[in-house]
Amino acid sequence: MGWIGEQIDSIKSLQFRQILTQAVSLGMIVTSALIIWKALMCFTGSESPVVVVLSGSMEPGFKRGDILFLHMSDDPIRAGEIVVFNVDGREIPIVHRVIKVHEQKDTGEVDVLTKGDNNYGDDRLLYAHGQLWLHRHHIMGRAVGFLPYVGWVTIIMTEKPIIKYVLIGILGLLVITSKE
Amino acid sequence: MHSIGYRANALVTFALTILAVMCVIVSVSDWFNHPSPTSQVEVVNINWFSKNPDGDDEVSLTMYITANLQSLFTWNTKQVFVFVAAEYGTRKNALNQVSLWDGIIPSKEKANFNIHVHNKYRFVDQGSNLRGKDFNLTLHWHVMPKVGKMFADKIVMPGYRLPEAYR
Repeated sequence: MGWIGEQIDSIKSLQFRQILTQAVSLGMIVTSALIIWKALMCFTGSESPVVVVLSGSMEPGFKRGDILFLHMSDDPIRAGEIVVFNVDGREIPIVHRVIKVHEQKDTGEVDVLTKGDNNYGDDRLLYAHGQLWLHRHHIMGRAVGFLPYVGWVTIIMTEKPIIKYVLIGILGLLVITSKE
Repeated sequence: MHSIGYRANALVTFALTILAVMCVIVSVSDWFNHPSPTSQVEVVNINWFSKNPDGDDEVSLTMYITANLQSLFTWNTKQVFVFVAAEYGTRKNALNQVSLWDGIIPSKEKANFNIHVHNKYRFVDQGSNLRGKDFNLTLHWHVMPKVGKMFADKIVMPGYRLPEAYR
């Protein structure tokens, strides 16, 4: 009896250790992704360092599914820059080009007007009702880098959530069942 | 150890790594291009010049724009966005930048151009400061790459002046 009991104990402890190792490796994957994202936030100074282009309003420069890298510094906003901005009452940020800038002498406050390269008119129709200009606090960052197509991954996942759950399930299974 | 899954994983990881490295190399290669674009803008006519009912000055003008931006194009250039902006200071504003005309140049062949245009966007001041105003016309360009970093620069052309009186 003593021998069987030992065997059972050793199996139990083995499984416990294995589960523990896998939990730790899963945690490592999640936390390292988080670390990379937060580090990017620090380096770029923008609360969302990477955005996916969702509309065709900047075609043919940026197409739907392209990725933009943002940078936010204290440098003043100037005409021609491609900025990402939030409008009051709209949840999704917009990526458009600055076409007009009026910078006040006393306060340094800027009035900015934007337009999508592929749109016919300027963005006043997109702004909140009665809003004529964007101000500094609306602007989340300016686009500095470009990577095509990669954003389709997130577009597909947000529009077809089932694919996301299937993928997460498969990855989770792989991590749990892997022996190394 | 040598299951299908591990091999596929290794292959995909390797392919993606190579692709990422190639993208970085292509983007870095742009730094070795030292462009020397040229441009001239002539204000051909002031079509009309008036004060809007809300008190802001507005002017309509015709420009003749000549530019050669061919040296901006490299193998990593998808397109060049080019625009001409009027830039001036007023008593209230340290800087006003008003885009007057813009265009997208899709290829190197089309980057040497001259064009006769009215201002595409309204040239409206914040206030009534445009009579007799000296201003710069600045040709800006924004190089949009196939992958990697975007580049922007400008040529400032000073010495333009609006009329002393509305017309």
